Amino acid sequence: MTDAHALVPRGLGPVAVLFFAFLYLPILILLVLSFNANEQATIWTGFSTAWYGRVLGNGDILKAAGNSLTVAASASLMGTALALLAALGLKGRSSRPLMALVSLPLLVPEIVTAVASLLLFVLIGLPLGLATVVLAHTVFCIPFAFLPIRARLQGMDPLLGDAAHDLYATPLRAFLRVTLPLLWPGILSGLMLAFIISLDDFVITYFVAGAGATTLPVYIFGMIRIGVTPEVNAVSAMMLVVSIAFVTLSWIVARRGSA
Amino acid sequence: MRGWTRGRGLLVLPAVLVLLAFTVLPLCIMAYVSVLERGTYGGVEWGRHTLDAYVAFLFERDLDDSLVLNPDYLKIFARSFGLAAFTTALCLTIGLPTALYMATRAPKRRNLLVFLVTIPFWTNLLVRTYAWILLLRNNGLIDKGLHDLGLASGPLDLLYTPFAIMIGLTYTFLPFMVLPVYASLEKLDWRLVEAAMDLGATRVTAFRRVVLPLSLPGVVAGMVLVFVPCLGAYVAPELLGGAKVLMIGNLIQSQFGAARNWPFGAALAFALLAIVLLAMAFYALRFGAAPGEEKGR
Repeated sequence: MTDAHALVPRGLGPVAVLFFAFLYLPILILLVLSFNANEQATIWTGFSTAWYGRVLGNGDILKAAGNSLTVAASASLMGTALALLAALGLKGRSSRPLMALVSLPLLVPEIVTAVASLLLFVLIGLPLGLATVVLAHTVFCIPFAFLPIRARLQGMDPLLGDAAHDLYATPLRAFLRVTLPLLWPGILSGLMLAFIISLDDFVITYFVAGAGATTLPVYIFGMIRIGVTPEVNAVSAMMLVVSIAFVTLSWIVARRGSA
Repeated sequence: MRGWTRGRGLLVLPAVLVLLAFTVLPLCIMAYVSVLERGTYGGVEWGRHTLDAYVAFLFERDLDDSLVLNPDYLKIFARSFGLAAFTTALCLTIGLPTALYMATRAPKRRNLLVFLVTIPFWTNLLVRTYAWILLLRNNGLIDKGLHDLGLASGPLDLLYTPFAIMIGLTYTFLPFMVLPVYASLEKLDWRLVEAAMDLGATRVTAFRRVVLPLSLPGVVAGMVLVFVPCLGAYVAPELLGGAKVLMIGNLIQSQFGAARNWPFGAALAFALLAIVLLAMAFYALRFGAAPGEEKGR
């Protein structure tokens, strides 16, 4: 292969450095400020973990975090199960209408989905609460789980299934003993992505949660609207770390399987 | 094995049913609600149809019931389009060179860089936007930094401006530009560029005449993927624009909150959806695939 970087305009390196600085500096600054001892959230006076203690001692935050975990766990499991079945059903064939339907939740702007879901729940008389949040989340978890599972299935050697068949494995046995173990990294990766996307969702939740089902992002939104405080810094930093940890884990799992 | 293969297609059904019931059906309901009369105490009058919600985009009813032009919403639409367009341009200006840089690294390095670009996408939108409040507010890091350096006097008032919204939107949607552009550059046959340079083209000419045209599907996909969510943004204008600088997203939300005008909110959301579908259709006709399809391969 030709040496590509000799073929493009000079000066790309500095732009890329600026780009990554722009992408990561705000996150980094937030993480640093969350350990700031000062009451004034942006003036550094010393290291402290006091605000984390304050957050963990706040019953409302803990309850919201509990709601978030319940929703994310239920929605990501259901979404991944549906995505897995769909990916197996679509294995080895391509159907553009079906692919379009599966990726629909990714293409429609969040605020539109939020409005539409709210109207559906009101029309069918489903009271707004954790149940409606889980339903709405399950829907957008499907494409996030579907894509890594489908990618994994497409990369699988079709001869393996034939071999299992030749060795008198029943279809179910071949699936359980051959396909599923090979597919596992894709499923796990999809599940983690779905979990994190549900845990982080704000706009759709804000519309369909109702009063009793405050999730952590909805609670944080309320805090931010009141003002910049060290508690917001600390709880934000915690959310950041959880998200980044999950994505990194998902990436490692997906790569380990394919290497 | 045959029977299993044929029956296997049925596995798609549960997901299809859920998606039809909870995305397609709600969008249809939303379209229907947009042509209903609003209820006196919020909600809607089921079965009583009117186009009032769409008329209200541009006009309001005077005391004598005649329609007069009302520029309030028009201003919000214009601002939303303007901010989305500027943000898209900004993302392209930063994103294209970055994608080009990434695509010309060694394969192993590329994977890591792609991963680094995607990480912020998975973090909480509120938290990412909040970080910019810390940076932009008066006495925040930028304000204070510039004062300490003697480059500014008096409060800069960066926060709660269209500029702040644009920075927040760029920060949020930049990966949506970089990834599709990168995906199209990664597949590029660099021998074509080499040939151009053998024939005397400079690096810049080769970029302009060979690389750019070949990466056009990625560039346009990136533009659609940035422009569309920017147009419907809610969090960035809410937190960085304050109460003064509204975008369509805030207008929609307020119809389901304080304003209690569901048909108007549904009509706004439906108009947004129509723009998305038009953008997708344009892309599919021009390049024969949905934008981002190459991104997910």
